Amino acid sequence: MKLAYWMYAGPAHIGTLRIASSFKNVHAIMHAPLGDDYFNVMRSMLERDRNFTPVTASIVDRHVLARGSQEKVIYNITRKDKEANPDLVVLTPTCTSSILQEDLQNFVSRASVETDSDIILADVNHYRFNELQASDRTLEQIVTFYIKRSLNENTLNKTKSNKPSVNIIGMLSLGFHSQHDLVELRRLFQDLDIQINQIIPENASVNDLKNLPKAWFNFVPYRETGLLTAKFLQKEFDMPFIDTIPMGLTNLKEFINAIENILQNYNCQRNYDNYLQNQIKYISQAAWFSRSIDCQNLTGKTAIVFGDASHAVAMTKILHLEMHIKVLWAGTYCVNDADWFHSQVQNICSEVLITDDHNVVGDMIARTDPNAIFGTQMERHIGKRLNIPCGVISSPVHIQNFPISYKPFVGFEGTNQIADLVYNSFTLGMEDHLLDLFGGHDTTDILTNTLSSNSEIVWSPQALQELSKIPGFIRGKVKRNTEKFAMNKKTYLIDLDLMYEAKEKLGT
Amino acid sequence: MTYSNNLTFECETGNYHTFCPISCVSWLYQKIEDSFFLVIGTKTCGYFLQNAMGVMIFAEPRYAMAELEEGDISAQLNDYEELKKLCLQIKKDRNPGVIFWIGTCTTEIIKMDLEGIAPKLEADINIPIIVARANGLDYAFTQGEDTVLAAMAQRCPDAKSLKYKNINTIKTKQHTNLILFGSLPNTTVNQLTTELSKQNITIAGWLPSSRYNELPIITENSYVVGVNPFLSRTATTLMRRRKAKLISAPFPIGPDGTRAWIEKICSVLEITPKNLNTRESEIWDTLDEYIQLIKGKSVFFMGDNLLEISLARFLIRCGMIVYEIGIPYMDKRYQNAELALLEHTCNIMNIKKPRIIEKPDNYNQLDRIQDLKPDLVITGMAHANPLEARGINTKWSVEFTFAQIHGFTNAKDILELITRPLRRNNSLQTINNNIYY
Repeated sequence: MKLAYWMYAGPAHIGTLRIASSFKNVHAIMHAPLGDDYFNVMRSMLERDRNFTPVTASIVDRHVLARGSQEKVIYNITRKDKEANPDLVVLTPTCTSSILQEDLQNFVSRASVETDSDIILADVNHYRFNELQASDRTLEQIVTFYIKRSLNENTLNKTKSNKPSVNIIGMLSLGFHSQHDLVELRRLFQDLDIQINQIIPENASVNDLKNLPKAWFNFVPYRETGLLTAKFLQKEFDMPFIDTIPMGLTNLKEFINAIENILQNYNCQRNYDNYLQNQIKYISQAAWFSRSIDCQNLTGKTAIVFGDASHAVAMTKILHLEMHIKVLWAGTYCVNDADWFHSQVQNICSEVLITDDHNVVGDMIARTDPNAIFGTQMERHIGKRLNIPCGVISSPVHIQNFPISYKPFVGFEGTNQIADLVYNSFTLGMEDHLLDLFGGHDTTDILTNTLSSNSEIVWSPQALQELSKIPGFIRGKVKRNTEKFAMNKKTYLIDLDLMYEAKEKLGT
Repeated sequence: MTYSNNLTFECETGNYHTFCPISCVSWLYQKIEDSFFLVIGTKTCGYFLQNAMGVMIFAEPRYAMAELEEGDISAQLNDYEELKKLCLQIKKDRNPGVIFWIGTCTTEIIKMDLEGIAPKLEADINIPIIVARANGLDYAFTQGEDTVLAAMAQRCPDAKSLKYKNINTIKTKQHTNLILFGSLPNTTVNQLTTELSKQNITIAGWLPSSRYNELPIITENSYVVGVNPFLSRTATTLMRRRKAKLISAPFPIGPDGTRAWIEKICSVLEITPKNLNTRESEIWDTLDEYIQLIKGKSVFFMGDNLLEISLARFLIRCGMIVYEIGIPYMDKRYQNAELALLEHTCNIMNIKKPRIIEKPDNYNQLDRIQDLKPDLVITGMAHANPLEARGINTKWSVEFTFAQIHGFTNAKDILELITRPLRRNNSLQTINNNIYY
C-alpha cells in the first residue's frame, strides 16, 4: 500500500479507452463496477465532444461477485453489436476484473460467434501498466490484429505509394494539445511534400489498417504512445520510423534531417535546407525573438521542467539551446522511459529527476527555487503556492488546456506559441517582483469595504461569521445589500434571521 | 401519510452513468472539520477522485488514497501492518480527530477485513477509525454519504453519556430530543435550525456534526429526521441499532417540501405549527419570475443522485411536466412520505403521474428522450454535451448535490439552476438551430 494524493498517469484502462474511442466506429465495453465510466465525463467535458463517447460498462455488481459475469458480458457485447454496429468491440478489463480473474477471453470468443463486429480483449494488466503504457500496447494490439488478419486473407497492401508517404502513429483523444499539433503536422508534411498515408488512431477506420505498409515510413510524434506499433511495423515490414517530436527548432531540424535520411535510403534525394532556412527566418519568430533585446533579460534566468518524457525533453532543449535559460533540473513521470530521458537531457541540465510522486517534485521545486516552472497542472499549483510562475507543457491537464483557438506545440507555429509561453511566464514573474519592490497595488481589502458608511448598523457576531463564509468576490455586495435591506426595514441590528430574510427577498 | 399504489415503478438494466460513491469524501471532509478520509482502493479510484474533484485536490485536502499494489492483492503484504504504516503517517502529518476508511470494490472483492482491523488499529494508534463501504458494487454516488453516516451513527454517544450532561438542560429539552441527519453546508444547517426554532423546536444535534467529538447523543427517546432522500441505511441504523424513532417526512427541498417537513416534525412533537402558510406563500411569491419561465415545460430526469423524487415533486408544483424520473435506487419505505407528497402534488396540479424508473438504462433513456423531446433533461456530464449538440437543453445533475437547495431560503437557488439552461439557450437564438451536430 502506498499513500497517494495525486497521480500523473491514470490507470491502465484509461489508456485502452483513449485508443478505442479515438478510432472511428470502435466501441469499448468496460468490465467494471458502477461509476468507473468516468472516462465518458472527461471526453465530454474536456474535449467538449459532441458525440456520445463510445464506451459502455458491463456493470460488475454483487451478483457478478457471487455468480460470475456468466452471460452478462456476452449479452452486453452482442447488444452493442446490434445497437451501434461497430467494426470492432474492445473488451476492456479494469482493476476490478484484474482480481476477479474471470475468463474474459472466453467471453470474447463466445460473443464473436454471434456478432458482426470483431471483438478483442485488451491485453493490459492494471497492476503493471499505467495509462500511457496501456495506450501503447492497445494500439499495437489492434494494429497487429488487423495486419495479421489481412496477411491471412491476403488482402494486405504492401505496395509502397508512388510518392513519399508517412503514417502518423499515436494521435489520440485527450492528448495534450494534440488536435492542434495534428493540424500543424499535416501542414508540415504538406510543406515537405510527403503524403500522409494514415493517421492512427484518431478518426481512423480499423478496416484501413491493412494499408499501413503502403507508407514509406512511420512517425511517432509522442513516444508515450505508438512506439510499440512502430517497432512492430519495422520488424514485420522493415518500415523505418522517426520518434522525434518536432517541438522546438532543434528538434525540428533533427526531425527533417531524419526524413531526408530515410528518403535517401529509398533513393529519393530531397534537400530541405532552403525550406528550413526560410521557415526559421519568416514563419517561426522564435529564433529572432531569442535574439531580440527584450529577451536579453532572460539571461541567467533559471527554470525547471517536468512532464511526460517527450514534452519534457523537447522543452528542456528549447530552454537550454534556443533561449539560453538555465535548466536547474528536468524530470519526467514516465518512469519506464527513464534511460531514454537520461540520455537526452543529462548534458543540458544540472540534474535529472525521475519520479511519479508529486511530493518529491514539489520539494525539489521548493529547494531549487527556479524563476519559472514548465510542467503539468500539478506543477502549476505547486508554483501558485510557492509564488513561482508556471507554463503548462504536458499532461495531466485541465479543461483550460483544451483551448479552442489554435495552439500547437509542434511545428514552426508551435515554436511561436512556446516562445510566448516562456516569455510570458518570466515577464509575469518579473512584474510580480517589481510590484513587491514598490509596495504593490493590493486591492483585496477594498472589496469588503462598504460604501454605505452607516455606522448605526450593527452586525451580530453570528451574522458576521456567516458573512465571512461568503466568497470574497461577492462579500462586499452581500454586505451592502443586507445593510440596505435592514435600513429599509428600520432595523439596525443584522442577525442571522435578517441575513437569510434579505437573501430570500433580494436574492443576494 | 402512506402512498397509494398509483405511481408506477419500473426497473431497467442498471446500465447508467453516475459518480462512484467514494465521491462523498469530497464534501464530507469539508463538513467534518477534524476528519481524514483514507480511500483504500486502486489507481482507478484515485483517478476518479482527482479528476472529479478538480481544484480541491490541490488545496491540501484531508483525504488520500491507500493505493493497493500487487502485493496487497495477492496477500503477500499484511493488511494490518500496511494500514498501520499509512495511518501513523497521517497521524504525524495531519493529526486528525477521526480517520474514515472508505472501502472500495477492490477491498470487497479481496475481502479485506476492514471492520475487523479497525478496532485493533484504533486501540493501537489512539485515533477513532470509522469504516464505511462506499463501493461501486453496491451503491451509487450520494449513497456513499449514507454508508458513512450509517457507520457514524454507531459512534454517537448513548444514554450512558447522558449522566455526565447537565440534568437541567435535559429537562427543558425533553420533548425536543430531535436529531437531524444528513450532511449539509453549515449555512444550510443554520437556516434549517432557525426555521425549526421559529416553531419552538430546538434541535438536540446533527449527524454529522462539524467535529467528531460533537456527535449528538442518541437514546431510545430520540426522534430522528432525515434531510436528504438518499439516507435510508442511516435511517435504518438509527432505528434498529440505536432504537431512535424515525419521523418519516418529505424532504425540505422546495418550499412545499420544507413546509411538509416542518409540519410533520411538528405533528410528531405535538406542536401546532405557526405562520407556515404565510411563510410558504411568501417564498412562492419570490419564485414567480422563474416559474413563469418553466410553467408547462417538460423535464426528464435520467437519474444518478437519488434527489430525483424530491426535485421532480417540487418542479411539478412549479407547473412543470415530468416525463420520467430515473433514480438509481428507490427505498419506498424511507421515501414513503415524499412519494405520497409527489402523488398529492400530481393530483392538485392535475397532471399525469410520471414513470419512476429504478436502475435506468441510459441507452434506452436516450431513445426515449429522442422521442419525447423534453424541454429539459437533467443528466450527468457524460451525456450533457452530446445532448446539447442535438438541440436538447440539459442541466448537469451533480450541481444539485453541491448547491444549497434545502429549506425555504434556498428554493430560489434550485430554480436558478433549473432555469439557467433555458435562460441561456433562449438568449442564444441566433446561433441555436442545431448547427453543431
